[in-house]
Amino acid sequence: MIFNALSQAKALPLSGKVGLALVLFWLAVALFGPMLAPYPVGAFVAYDVFDGQSAAHWLGSDYLGRDVLSRLLSGARYTVGLAAAAAMLASATGTALALTAAVGGAKVDEPLSRFMDMLISIPSKIFSLVLVAAFGSSLPLLLLIAAITYVPGNYRIARALAVNLAQMDYVQVARARGEGRFHIAIAEVLPNMIHPLLADFGLRFVFIVLLLSGLSFLGLGVQPPDADLGSLVRENISGLGEGALAIIAPAVAIATLTVGVNLLIDGLPGRGKRA
Amino acid sequence: MAGGSSQSGMKAALTLIGKRFASSLLTLLLVSVTIFIIAQLLPGDAAQEALGQSATPQQVAALRHEMGLDRPAYVRYASWLTGMVSGDPGQSLVANMPVSEVISERLPNSLLLAALTALVAVPVALAIGIGSAMNRGGRLDRALNVATLSMVAVPEFLVATIAVLIFSVKLRWLPSIAMASEEMGWGDYLRGVAMPILTLSVIVIAQMARMTRAAVIDQMDRPYVEMAVLKGVAPVQVVLKHIMPNAIAPIVNAMALSLSYLLGGAVIVETIFNYPGLASLMVNAVTSRDMPLLQACAMIFCAAYLLLMLIADVTAILANPRLRAQ
Repeated sequence: MIFNALSQAKALPLSGKVGLALVLFWLAVALFGPMLAPYPVGAFVAYDVFDGQSAAHWLGSDYLGRDVLSRLLSGARYTVGLAAAAAMLASATGTALALTAAVGGAKVDEPLSRFMDMLISIPSKIFSLVLVAAFGSSLPLLLLIAAITYVPGNYRIARALAVNLAQMDYVQVARARGEGRFHIAIAEVLPNMIHPLLADFGLRFVFIVLLLSGLSFLGLGVQPPDADLGSLVRENISGLGEGALAIIAPAVAIATLTVGVNLLIDGLPGRGKRA
Repeated sequence: MAGGSSQSGMKAALTLIGKRFASSLLTLLLVSVTIFIIAQLLPGDAAQEALGQSATPQQVAALRHEMGLDRPAYVRYASWLTGMVSGDPGQSLVANMPVSEVISERLPNSLLLAALTALVAVPVALAIGIGSAMNRGGRLDRALNVATLSMVAVPEFLVATIAVLIFSVKLRWLPSIAMASEEMGWGDYLRGVAMPILTLSVIVIAQMARMTRAAVIDQMDRPYVEMAVLKGVAPVQVVLKHIMPNAIAPIVNAMALSLSYLLGGAVIVETIFNYPGLASLMVNAVTSRDMPLLQACAMIFCAAYLLLMLIADVTAILANPRLRAQ
């Protein structure tokens, strides 16, 4: 298993290797970052606001004189954790519904697919803004809102895959054998769509990171005292005029995370056609 | 369709377009139901919100009656929908004026921003897309692939931040806040919106260039292109005379699809540059929970999105040689 993964990593093109390195780096930061933080997250430790880079503060200080590196390390955990959980929820829900549609016949498939088509024609940012206005933006709600927003996209991909597979001979054989619908969906169809679904999961993750940090940037996402990377950009926006590290560092952090995932997916063999 | 006359082809295309148009309208109707339902889920209603916590139940009930909130949901939906269609989507709770007035102030600004962005983005995206398709597999193509792939994933506010740092902090060429008012001349206006346009363009160009490249490459794999190459036509001529006439429809399709990225991008870009457009208005409506205003803004964005999708599909239908007049 590990050797297999290693040889796959070696087969990646250069851009894919860069992507893999970035993804692993941010996963490590999300897992261990807060433990490595040089200062407590909320502590006022610098005498000056918007300090530049120094030995005591590698990424300078923010608008209240807090250590940017420490805040970034803990913010990354919110961004990566929330987005990963939301992407998993979106993928699991979308795929489960898609399998139901694929084995359930036209009377399940038709209404479900029409409903998803309708949801997909609401732009995701607009949809999530309406949801935030209606429900608010606590952490569990944000997770749920991001997941709901990206279920239709996953459903569309997973359904196309599942419907094709459900017509394959081996599935027909399983049907003739008298297997139940649940068995066909889980044991026959699902295992053969895992690879494209993993690529799709990566894309959903990127979309959700961008959506959540966008919401936080607008002040509608993660609320203080918690802060994800988008909130860090927002709270330091007054430093924009002086080009403070405090605003550039979190923005660059988000970009390296999302670009990394994109490059990795693009480098995978037999990836989906979607950009 | 060897024996099909051009007239029956045209008719079939028109029928398809008519069906597509009807399904867009139906989708828009369903979207309005969805948005209405979500907006009704707000805990505590607008009357409670307007009067605050200290209001007595009688006061709240009186205001509810006055605002028509005590009617059943489907009646309220029907009156909201007929209001929307006839150009009166209700009263903005925060601005205390008709939603239609608030929106008519902002909508032209957003449309202008979108038009200018398209004007910048389309030629650049075409050049990048066609260029990298001609160089398929080459060094330029791979470099552009990584560049556009990365740009697609970069958050809008990073592009905006970098633009402000370069053009307004370091070079001091452009103001960091976008102004738009009646008194401004075109020169001042363009200086003011240069950075929002730049930021939006960067995001749209990446998407558009990737889709253009895919559309051109799709044509390159066709036998007629191989034929032209084999008979010795110069590469530039192959692209201009043979591929482009066939690729125009898929490219227009790609343009319409990627312009829809403007809608989401505008939400961030208008806010960061303080541009008085529809998207920043919608963000304000979310912050102040001004539901009538929010619903109207959301419907405009959804209608714009569906319109772009409709244009994309109609060009695809018209481009289909089996339906097009011969």
